[in-house]
Amino acid sequence: MKQGKVLLEVKGLRVAVAGTEILKGVDLTIREGEVHAIMGPNGSGKSTLAQVLAGHPAYTVLAGSAAYDGKDLLDMKPEERARAGVFLAFQYPVEIRGITNSYFLRSALNALRRERGEPELDPIDFLQFLEQKLKAIGWDDSMMNRPVNEGFSGGEKKRNEILQLAVLEPRLAILDETDSGLDIDALKTVAETVNKLRGPDRSFLIVTHYQRLLNYITPDVVHVLADGRIVKSGGPALAHELEAKGYDWLRDGVMVS
Amino acid sequence: MTSIEAHVQQPYKYGFVTDIESEVVPAGLNEDVIRLISAKKGEPEWMLEWRLKAYRNWLKMSEPHWPNVKYGPIDYQAISYYAAPKKLPKLDSLDQVDPKLVATFEKLGIPIEEQKRLSGVAVDAVFDSVSVATTFQAELAKFGVIFCPMSQAIREHADLVQKYLGTVVPHNDNFFAALNTAVFTDGSFVYVPKGVRCPLELSTYFRINASSTGQFERTLIIADEGSYVSYLEGCSAPMRDENQLHAAVVELVAFDRATIKYSTIQNWYPGDEEGKGGIYNFVTKRGKCAGVNSKISWTQVETGSAITWKYPGCILQGDNSIGEFYSVAVTSHRQQADTGTKMIHLGKNTRSTIVSKGISAGRGQNTYRGLVKIMKGAEGARNYSQCDSMLIGDKCGAHTFPYIDVRNSTAIMEHEASTSKIGEDQIFYLRQRGLSAEDAVSMIVNGFCKEVFKELPMEFAVEATRLLGISLEGSVG
Repeated sequence: MKQGKVLLEVKGLRVAVAGTEILKGVDLTIREGEVHAIMGPNGSGKSTLAQVLAGHPAYTVLAGSAAYDGKDLLDMKPEERARAGVFLAFQYPVEIRGITNSYFLRSALNALRRERGEPELDPIDFLQFLEQKLKAIGWDDSMMNRPVNEGFSGGEKKRNEILQLAVLEPRLAILDETDSGLDIDALKTVAETVNKLRGPDRSFLIVTHYQRLLNYITPDVVHVLADGRIVKSGGPALAHELEAKGYDWLRDGVMVS
Repeated sequence: MTSIEAHVQQPYKYGFVTDIESEVVPAGLNEDVIRLISAKKGEPEWMLEWRLKAYRNWLKMSEPHWPNVKYGPIDYQAISYYAAPKKLPKLDSLDQVDPKLVATFEKLGIPIEEQKRLSGVAVDAVFDSVSVATTFQAELAKFGVIFCPMSQAIREHADLVQKYLGTVVPHNDNFFAALNTAVFTDGSFVYVPKGVRCPLELSTYFRINASSTGQFERTLIIADEGSYVSYLEGCSAPMRDENQLHAAVVELVAFDRATIKYSTIQNWYPGDEEGKGGIYNFVTKRGKCAGVNSKISWTQVETGSAITWKYPGCILQGDNSIGEFYSVAVTSHRQQADTGTKMIHLGKNTRSTIVSKGISAGRGQNTYRGLVKIMKGAEGARNYSQCDSMLIGDKCGAHTFPYIDVRNSTAIMEHEASTSKIGEDQIFYLRQRGLSAEDAVSMIVNGFCKEVFKELPMEFAVEATRLLGISLEGSVG
């Protein structure tokens, strides 16, 4: 595979939340167009990595760096990261009463467009734009006029995250346990959509506990995060190995080294 | 701390003072002052007698202290009860309005020159104790609609005023209503004749300008059989360290099949961050659905005032009549609000809907207080109440006091309540999608208030949304 240029370079990242160190020195390089999967046992720091890259204020960076497209990512506000093309599909998407998905998405898209110096879309233009996007991923517009995530089932919330991803067209999409709470049909739909959205200008960081999502999305690189460090990296086969053997053998490995 | 706390306040935008020569009567309240006010208005004897009766009652009443608000004693003798610009135009000639007054209202976004009018809206502009301009009176008269300052109505439509004034809020209804009856100066009068759908939105804008004065306006709206009227009031005041008293009375009467829609955007000066200054907004508003199938709908967006004490209510007398109350009340800094409604069901199959949204930020205290009373004869009455509170930060408070008094077993009552907090996670979610922290809060708040905003006339919904953006800016960080 032709190597793209480096989009994200994380070095020695140490992060604490509420005084407890969770990430204890993470190194990670993602190139343009690559799909990386981060796997690991519960409590290993996978979600922390996703949240801190998106800029959640509850996490404190103790040491290390993260360069995104050559810029200091950790120095950017969450909205600046978003406008620069960093997207996080949340593990627990929040509900926003009284605001329709369609209005919310248009506001978000226009914030991105303003940043890029593009004209904002009015509701009619947005509707056309949205129609194209939905068509491309083969979804209908049934979620668009409902309030953001309000009354959505767990699966609908996750699908809504992927819909936002499709509309906002990020350069780096971070999926935080998007597969949890999905039945097999929804999982397939989400995976197919992600596959359609793969391209040379878009990189993915897929955080997951189980290997099953990776049955449908083939990553370029698989990393194992355990106790706040990446303890092993490899090709797609690593995910299958983990599925068969669990995580304990790796944890032991950490202890030995 | 990067918490939601840090954002709340932008400076109050309407806090300027107009430098205009005013006539202000000396501070103090006694029968002579009341006679003076009545004389200045050229009122008939019966009006003066009514004022004096109210005043004598008021002397025997005491200020209510049951609301969930705290403030120091008010010295009623330190207030001036009448202030008016010296150069007043002759009635019905808008060209003669003092340019300073025109400029003042222009600055507030209320054009009183008809050529610059808000499309489809007629405006009565009240400055301190007097109405300075009322637009489109002639246009409305073609439809038989009377829209004029109360003092003009007392002189020119005495029969209507005498017949209905005080029939919904009696002169001795409560302490502040009695005070208002004694000293009220201006306000608006509306009469919509049988079968007429008022072709314009009617609107009154109240501006307090003079210091050490109070504003005591009186509004009366009568919708005759089968008529419809939508009325909106707005208000603002300069920033001052002193507290100023605003004690208004509004009475609405709807006859058979008539509908009155009454909207308020209240933006009196709320006081500074430490709670210094600001308006005491002690207001009595009540509507009577006198006829069958009549409807009165109150919508209020309360963002200003140091203290708000108001319970716009409906007396549902006519069978099948409908009362509605939609409210957004915002308290930030050290603002306090105790507001809600009273729905009194008398007629058969009467229905009422209450939707109250309270938003507290800073050290604001927000109280919903509502009474739903189903009387014995109100067969088949229904009420739906919904009280939602939103907290921004951890130093504010939300309180709910719903009173229910049912005397007819066929009544159906529903009550829903919720309390939510704008959390870091909500804000972060929206910021992660590219919205600024301010826009994130504003979106969450607007979504929370949507059920109320959609009740506002189009022309004012935008204004309300903007106002809410302003009064919350600074609550997030």
